[in-house]
Amino acid sequence: MKMIYLLIALAPLFGAAVAGLAGSTIGRENAHRLTILAVAVSAGLSLWVLYQHVWGSAVTFNETIYTWAMVGDLRLEVGFLVDRLTAVMMVVVTTVSLAVHVYTVGYMHDDPGYQRFFSYINLFTFAMLMLVMANNFLQLFFGWEAVGLVSYLLIGFWYKKESAIFANLKAFLVNRVGDFGFLLGIAAVLFYYNSLDYVEVFGAARAAPELTLSIFGTEALVVTVACLLLFIGAMGKSAQVPLHVWLPDSMEGPTPISALIHAATMVTAGIYLVARMSPLFEFSETALTVVLIIGAITALFMGLVGLVQHDIKRVIAYSTLSQLGYMFVALGASAYAAGVFHLMTHAFFKALLFLGAGAIIVALHHEQDMRRMGNLRRYLPITHITMLLATLALVGTPFFSGYYSKDAIIEAVHLSDRAGAGFAYVAVLLGVFITSLYSFRLYFLVFWGEERIDPHAREHMSHLPRYVLPVMQWPLILLAIPSVVIGYLTIAPMLFGGFFGEAIYVAPANDVLALLSEKFHGSFAFALHAAVNPAFWLAVAGAVVAWFFFILRPSLLPTVNERFKLIIQVLEHKYGFDLLYKEGFAGGGRLLGRTLWRVGDQGLIDGLIVNGTARTIGRLAGLLRGAQSGYLYHYAFAMILGLLLLLTVFVANWRGWF
Amino acid sequence: MFEGLPLLSLLVWLPVIGGVVVLLTGAQNAERARWFSLGIAAVVFLLSLALWQGFETGVAGMQWVERNVWIAAFDIHYHLGVDGISMPLVVLTAFSTLLVVIAAWEVVKYKPAQYLAAFLIMEGIMIGVFSALDAILFYVFFEAMLIPMFLIIGIWGGPNRIYATLKFFLYTFLGSVMMLIALIYLRIQAGSFGITDFYGLGLPLNAQVMIFLALLAAFAVKVPMFPVHTWLPDAHVEAPTGGSVILAAITLKIGGYGFLRFSLPITPDASLALDWLLIGLSLIAVVYIGLVAMVQEDLKKLIAYSSIAHMGFVTLGFFLVFRIIAAGGDQSGALLALEGGMVQMISHGFISAAMFLSVGVLYDRMHTRMIADFGGVATRMPIFAGLFVLFAMANAGLPGTSGFVGEFMVILASFQAGFWYAAVAALTLILGAAYSLWMIKRVVYGEVKNTQVAELEDINRRELLLLGSLAVIIIFFGVYPAPLIAVMEPSLAALLQIMVPTL
Repeated sequence: MKMIYLLIALAPLFGAAVAGLAGSTIGRENAHRLTILAVAVSAGLSLWVLYQHVWGSAVTFNETIYTWAMVGDLRLEVGFLVDRLTAVMMVVVTTVSLAVHVYTVGYMHDDPGYQRFFSYINLFTFAMLMLVMANNFLQLFFGWEAVGLVSYLLIGFWYKKESAIFANLKAFLVNRVGDFGFLLGIAAVLFYYNSLDYVEVFGAARAAPELTLSIFGTEALVVTVACLLLFIGAMGKSAQVPLHVWLPDSMEGPTPISALIHAATMVTAGIYLVARMSPLFEFSETALTVVLIIGAITALFMGLVGLVQHDIKRVIAYSTLSQLGYMFVALGASAYAAGVFHLMTHAFFKALLFLGAGAIIVALHHEQDMRRMGNLRRYLPITHITMLLATLALVGTPFFSGYYSKDAIIEAVHLSDRAGAGFAYVAVLLGVFITSLYSFRLYFLVFWGEERIDPHAREHMSHLPRYVLPVMQWPLILLAIPSVVIGYLTIAPMLFGGFFGEAIYVAPANDVLALLSEKFHGSFAFALHAAVNPAFWLAVAGAVVAWFFFILRPSLLPTVNERFKLIIQVLEHKYGFDLLYKEGFAGGGRLLGRTLWRVGDQGLIDGLIVNGTARTIGRLAGLLRGAQSGYLYHYAFAMILGLLLLLTVFVANWRGWF
Repeated sequence: MFEGLPLLSLLVWLPVIGGVVVLLTGAQNAERARWFSLGIAAVVFLLSLALWQGFETGVAGMQWVERNVWIAAFDIHYHLGVDGISMPLVVLTAFSTLLVVIAAWEVVKYKPAQYLAAFLIMEGIMIGVFSALDAILFYVFFEAMLIPMFLIIGIWGGPNRIYATLKFFLYTFLGSVMMLIALIYLRIQAGSFGITDFYGLGLPLNAQVMIFLALLAAFAVKVPMFPVHTWLPDAHVEAPTGGSVILAAITLKIGGYGFLRFSLPITPDASLALDWLLIGLSLIAVVYIGLVAMVQEDLKKLIAYSSIAHMGFVTLGFFLVFRIIAAGGDQSGALLALEGGMVQMISHGFISAAMFLSVGVLYDRMHTRMIADFGGVATRMPIFAGLFVLFAMANAGLPGTSGFVGEFMVILASFQAGFWYAAVAALTLILGAAYSLWMIKRVVYGEVKNTQVAELEDINRRELLLLGSLAVIIIFFGVYPAPLIAVMEPSLAALLQIMVPTL
């Protein structure tokens, strides 16, 4: 098995290295063939691995690949831990990646950086696999930072675009703020549990759950401090308030990576982290409460911002923020399996939404503004159908995948008695309405109503033999299938069948999913249950409101906008986070740096001390220089004077005058 | 194969003699001087690899020892040897010099033979510093090092080179004079000039404090530590590319090496008593200098400040040891700190060399180092841009590059000393990324800024060889630092034993 796991991880690395280093030699065709083959190998083997773990004889794999360093007794290693949680993540990562690779052949068709792009997304697949397959914190951090690097490179892929290189710097720095906490969390884990190996750390934490440390002058549980620090990292990577600001801007990157990295996989690393760390988080009520509340805030308030966006990709990006919030709510309620379940369903339908948006953008010749779309179902039938399916999944239509995962979260929070669960329940319920509203706003604005297409884009469209290349359509169709059915098929085993086994630990007192399972009578009954479920009716309400304002009575919109002007302005400014960070932190940091440089280095140290000393010595030397006039009679006079002085002293001494 | 040879003597004197030969014969024929210098530098590098190859990992003590009487009247010996601390630095020196010789190839047009000779002589002297086991021999090499560097900056430097050389010379010279006094005092106490004879003398605390401060004056300037760091940005800005590479890659390390070889083992009690000072200054270097680096407008100044910030991790790691022990940490925790600092030194040697060579590549084409003059370099120089981004990422401590290893180890260790040490040190994650990547954004990315950038040509084979080999090494030690750490561990464990005998 070890060789297979290595092959899964290294195949995309190999593809990335060849496409990246020899891209111009092997050419465009071979570059995409090679990288797609590499990911296909990973995806095929990952599916096989999952199959083996679920139906076959595979057992949890936990082995070292090589020793990275030995420091005293401390062993720092690179190694894999593959259990069912890992296997699910591997399948999600590689299959979405494969779909995106294929789609990219069409999307980036004319781009001069074709090979570079394929190299990057192959590299991303490698990095993400290293992250989810790690069996220790060192490798986790490697994967964590490596996906961040590739995200940075891909957001700034079109590096001539000022907005893109602003966005990628911002993304990297905001993520580094998260990593700051993450690294301290790892340091805490090492110090208190004496290892970086997951299994050893979890064992040590379980053995000493009451261990405390003193911080900020109070005693706190070690496990709470460690979990909160690790969660700061998760907030950065998974874009939770207040570290969410980078994700909407990351839409500056090419659309395939928005689907792969900024919707389906990388941004879910934080969810995976918390689920993987459940044996730690379960011992800290405080940390779980924080996760729950941050998730709830993000779920509700970021969804609201999605309502006022005009850029099609940004609507979906805010939707992603909100859905990530849902996942954290599940984790915070100790319903880890529900969080991972939503991660999986979301990966498929959200990747589909992004790829659909990409198809529209390409067809309209790089138009992203929904105000210049409309009635596109006539031109893009397959995109229309698949995006409709994804939308239905996202808003939680019964029998669609999103229904199962989202409803499980809502029910789980409802059953949870954790502090903040009441607030979170209200937030996720309102969130359902908001989700439906912005999703159908997008859907109606893009596919229905009057055509508002820019003449320039229409001109472009008239030249196209077909609006979407087949190579871009197949991934849409392939992603549409799991977006619809995967929830129905897998909810029973994943949530209620003890699917994750040892991988996820839930303390018996916290096990809301066990409570929920008593009410669960199969996927079909669960879907029918929607009729008595407030969430379902809220989703319907959202859709109806969107239909009313964007199809039936668009003329009423200006009045509504006028009435809610203040709220809309707050939303359009995204609650002021960007302004605060840009002016406050970035500007403040530069000002501080400049002040320290001018006042500290140049003023005090160089000006006062170094050059000041030099000046003082110079002045003294100047005085002394006056004595060396070069005239013989000056020197003779000085000699006589000195001689007389010495003589006087000598004589005086001899005579005993002193 | 080399067992019978006085390998260290060869490493010291071959480049010095080679340098003198180049100096005497190279003035007429620059081409011959280049090839001859390259030959010398390559042979020295191969010999340094032989040193590594013949070095027994797992042994704490000195290896390849040579000891002869030098000045009998004063009991001064020609005494050389390397352990796990100095051996990697010797190899690093030989490698950096080879890079510098290649980097100078078509670029240095003014007195090329003398330029190369200066670096070869410098190489021998620096290897002498790292391998000297007699205090006076060390001191001679330590001081002699100033002369070639003084000439390199003074002759091949920029417009303000006189100010920079004087500042560089006075700063470092003032520091080392204090050290000489301390060494003579130690000779009287120990009855020998052998550096290792100075260990474990059991001196009273106040004597130790005086010695510690005298040594600190020499080493802190070299590192350089805040607030005696202001010579470095000026020296870098004025120095030619090769000078910057050697300054950053090697001479700064001599400060760190001094702490390991002298301060910590000779004055452990004073180190313990004054560790708050060194830790404080190191943390200031990380944060204050990091902020200052961010706002620099000159590429070389930016990298110079970032060097100071990175060297802060070296001194932080070294002096955290006592706090870690005091906080109940064990040997592994203390070793993590010491080895982290040492790994950071080696890694910074590669990364800073790469950064300064990259700036050199840009300077040779554009004759400017101001960030504002660049923009859109990636469009014209894609291969260079890829490498430069990699080096900037390594500078920002990205895992998978060597820049990560040392910082990671020191931050993990500093948590064991206390949460706040780690919290302040970890700010480098944000600051390092901010100054490295903001610089990349302005220089490499964006629209082509002006006609000069529009005419840039990508790196040639020689430059690709230089930067590519550094990239390979930086990634190798990021992915697999184990061999490097294994080499240094026994010697650092022995040092730890001297510092904290109760452990």
